[in-house]
This record gives sequence, C-alpha cells and structure tokens, in this order.
Amino acid sequence: MNFYAIKAIYVFEMSRTLRTLIQSIASPVISTVLYFIVFGSAIGSRMEDISSVSYGSFIVPGLILLTVCLQSISNASFSIYFPKFIGSINELLSAPVSYLELVIGFISAAVTKSMTIGLIILITASFLVDIEIKHPIWMVCILFLSCVSFSLMGFIVGIWARSFEQITIIPDLIITPLVFLGGSFYSITLLPDFWQKVTLFNPVVYLISGFRWAFFGNADVYIGYSILAILAFTFACVFIIWLIFKTGYRIKS
Amino acid sequence: MKRNIIQIERLSKTYKDGTVALENINLNITDGEIIALLGPNGAGKTTLISAICGITNISSGNVSVAGYDVIDDYKKTRALIGLVPQEIALQPFEKVIDVVKYSRNLFGCANNDMHIEKILKRLLLWDKKDKRIVELSGGMKRRVIIAKALSHEPKILFLDEPTAGVDVDLRFDMWELIKKLRADGTTIILTTHYIEEAEEIADRISIIDNGKIQLTENKSELIKRLGKKVINIKLDQEIDIKVFNGDFDLSQSPDKTSISMRYTDAKKDNTLDKLLTRIKKEKYKILHIETDEKSLEEIFLDVVGK
Repeated sequence: MNFYAIKAIYVFEMSRTLRTLIQSIASPVISTVLYFIVFGSAIGSRMEDISSVSYGSFIVPGLILLTVCLQSISNASFSIYFPKFIGSINELLSAPVSYLELVIGFISAAVTKSMTIGLIILITASFLVDIEIKHPIWMVCILFLSCVSFSLMGFIVGIWARSFEQITIIPDLIITPLVFLGGSFYSITLLPDFWQKVTLFNPVVYLISGFRWAFFGNADVYIGYSILAILAFTFACVFIIWLIFKTGYRIKS
Repeated sequence: MKRNIIQIERLSKTYKDGTVALENINLNITDGEIIALLGPNGAGKTTLISAICGITNISSGNVSVAGYDVIDDYKKTRALIGLVPQEIALQPFEKVIDVVKYSRNLFGCANNDMHIEKILKRLLLWDKKDKRIVELSGGMKRRVIIAKALSHEPKILFLDEPTAGVDVDLRFDMWELIKKLRADGTTIILTTHYIEEAEEIADRISIIDNGKIQLTENKSELIKRLGKKVINIKLDQEIDIKVFNGDFDLSQSPDKTSISMRYTDAKKDNTLDKLLTRIKKEKYKILHIETDEKSLEEIFLDVVGK
C-alpha cells in the first residue's frame, strides 16, 4: 500500500476544506438551523407528535441525512472532477498509486467532511429540540455508511461529469427529490396506501427509516431491510467504480 | 556497455475513433542518456510518453522500465519516472511548496525537506515557496511542474516540450538543469519542437512522424551522415556559376559576387578543396569565407518530408 499517497490525497483535500471553511461547513450548518427554526420551532409547534416524538425532534434524522448525502456527493464529485478539469489528474494516473488507494484517499476526505457536518448539525439541533438517541452506535454506523456510499456515488458523478453543470444535476434533480420524498419530514405511514407502496421503491426511504430507528427506536420499515439496502447501495457504487477504473471510462484514453 | 533502462517493443496505440496514434514502435533507451523525440504536431510524441507513464492505455506491444513491465509492475516503473507534462496543470490556490511536497508523497516517498529545498533553490523557486500558484508567472509555473517531477528523485525524467513558450533565459536555464541532471545519472527523454534544443543537449535523436519512428541515431553521427553544410564565398568580382559546368551544388547571390555551395562531408569527397582550387584556376580572388550549418533542421525536414 502506498500510504504516503493516501495521506497526501487526504491532507490535500482536507486543506482545501479548511481553506474554504465558511463555504464548506458553515453554510450547510446555517441552512439546516434555518430548517429547524422554521419546521421545528415555528411550524412544528403546531404539529401533532409522530409516534410519540415531537415534530421538531422527528425531522432531525431526516435533516441530517439530507445535508450529509448532498454534501458527500458534492465533496467527492468536485474532488475528482476538478483535477480532471484542470488536467492534474494525469499526475494521479502516472503516480505509483492503485485505484483502490486513490479512492480511499478521496473518499475518506469526503467522508470526514460530511461526518463532521452531520455531527455539527446534530449538536446544533440538540440546543434547539429535545433529542434522545436510543441506539448511538447504530446511529454512528448508519451515518458513516451513508457518508461512504454517497461519497462513492459522488466520485462516480465526478468522473462521469463533463462540465461543472453536470456535477450539480444528480444532487439537484435526483437526490434532493428522493430525500424529500423519502420521509425526511414525515413518516411514510402518513401516506395513502398506494403512495406508501410507491415510496418503498425509493432507496432513500430505507436510509432515513434506519437512521430514525437509531434515534427513536421505531421505523417505517424493518431495520434489517434498511441495513441491507445501505450495504447493497454501497457495494453497487464500489462495483461501478471498479468498472470505471478497469475500463478507464472518461479518465484514461 | 550501459544497459537499456526503457525497452519499447511493437508498441501500438489506436484510439476509440480509429485514429492510429502509435504504430509498431520499437525503441530502446540507454541508462543515463538524453534522447530527444522530434516530430511535428500530432506525430505521437506525447502519446508515446503517456503510454509509458500510464496516462493512456496501450493497444498492443510491451514497454518495460528497468526490467519491469509498465502494466504488471506499474508501481515499480512509475516510482522511477518523473514526468513534466506539456500542459501546465496545477491546483491554482495551493502554495508552491505544498504542491511539490504533495507530488513527492504521491510517488510513495516520505517527506524530505532538505531535498525539496534543494530542488526549489535549483529552480530559483525558493523565495516563491509560499506563493500561491495563481500568483506565479507562466515561466514560474513551468518551473513548478519541473520541481514536482523531480520531487521524488526519479531515475528517468520525461520532459514533454519543456521550453514551449518560455523566454530565452529560462530556456538556457532549463538546458543547464537538464545537463546537470544527466551528470547526476538521470536518463532524460525530451520531446521538442525546437531543433536547436535537441542539437544542444541530446545524445541521440529519434524522429517520429505519423505515429512511427522514422529514425533513431546518435546525434553527431546523424549530423555527420545526413547533415549538409553550406560554405559562402565572397569574391572580388562578379562570377557566372556556369563556369563550373554544374560540377558543384552551387547557388549565387543577387549581386553575383558571392557563391554558396552545399556539401555533406568535405573529408570524404574533397569537394571543398576542389571548389577552392577551381576558383583560383578561374583567376578570382577570395575576399571572405563563412560556413553555415543548419544540419539537424534540414535532416528533420528531409525525414518528415516537408
């Protein structure tokens, strides 16, 4: 293993984050706090409890995941797209670095950043609403796996993208609607039967349900299915990345 | 007898759209030499370098570096190679010293502040080490990509058009640097458009055109074998070159008081001596003689058929 290279990529990516600290961490935190103020305190105070959980607390897991998923994709996609855009990817391709080492370097930086943002939002939320975490270890595990899988997906998006515009297409047009419709602000049991069944085709439902189970001990879908869905998504992303590097798709002529 | 540090056998590269960039390339590069790859735009020089360094996939053939295959043992081969790319591709907001250290680590080496300092000083970048890339001039950025390529102390250095678009001072600096690196034992493979660059620093010349190697030869032997020289002779009066009955490859100046002769090897056929004897015999006085030697450029143009 070329540990020097993994560390170099990681440190390089993290220094970019630290250099743009406000843009990297403060803005997602501020926007999430605004969600809490509007949905949690202002509107939430007039909403009924869901499964004995106040509405303000109920939306915490969904909001964390919304931000974490979008941040993971945007961090990882930008980190690999930018070297492609300026041409410095050739240095990575000509270095004695395996594809696995490259992915570990980039993904671990994207995961660190997203996890940090997720935990900051959780701490911020704990000042605004009552939060009790019934399964803290599972909470961290599901958060970590979400960061890893969506960072891997972001990496794929970054390699696929041919322009900065394309980097934003997947998070804006696919992930945001899936997270919103995946029960981040409501329990899917509140939906009519037909739409409940349709919603089960949305993979993000399993993610949010599993994460909410870690917080409150109850879930829209069985926790085992949630874990399976997250693992399946992670392995699918790993497989696609393996294919990309094997064929050199859009990185190697 | 020095060993071959790079061996290229039947290397071909065809792009997905059917463009043949390299066709059946065979080339051995000796340890410690400077070899210049000359060729017009699109000849395949950069593709050849990219194939050896791992930037582009090889369609067929084999390339080995220090006895290791560039695909099967890519980690070993790439660790030996430093690449100065044609395009300046640098992260614009990073500091000079950070991007150079990054390259060293990427190539599997632990930090070595003394070595990085030595390189930055050698490239006149030490006082700019804390500047961001975006603040540097084009010439300075080119020095940075050379510093990056040298950061991990490579045994082999590829320089893809290193002096394209740089001023004369920097070009001379680069040539000096390349000579010093060779003296330290580094093998250097250089692509260039500037024929005088190859003439100045290379030990061997390889001319590439249309994805094929047209010739590879020791520079001085090549010039001796194929190079043509020109002698210009100023006379005391007008002369009509018809008096020589077409015995020499002659041309005349507009005022008809100077003649020029192209010749290849004066020792071999005594052409020069014969011409001077004939001039004396025709009762002309020679006022001035000068020689001109654009040999490699002429060879290059002859080979690529331009």
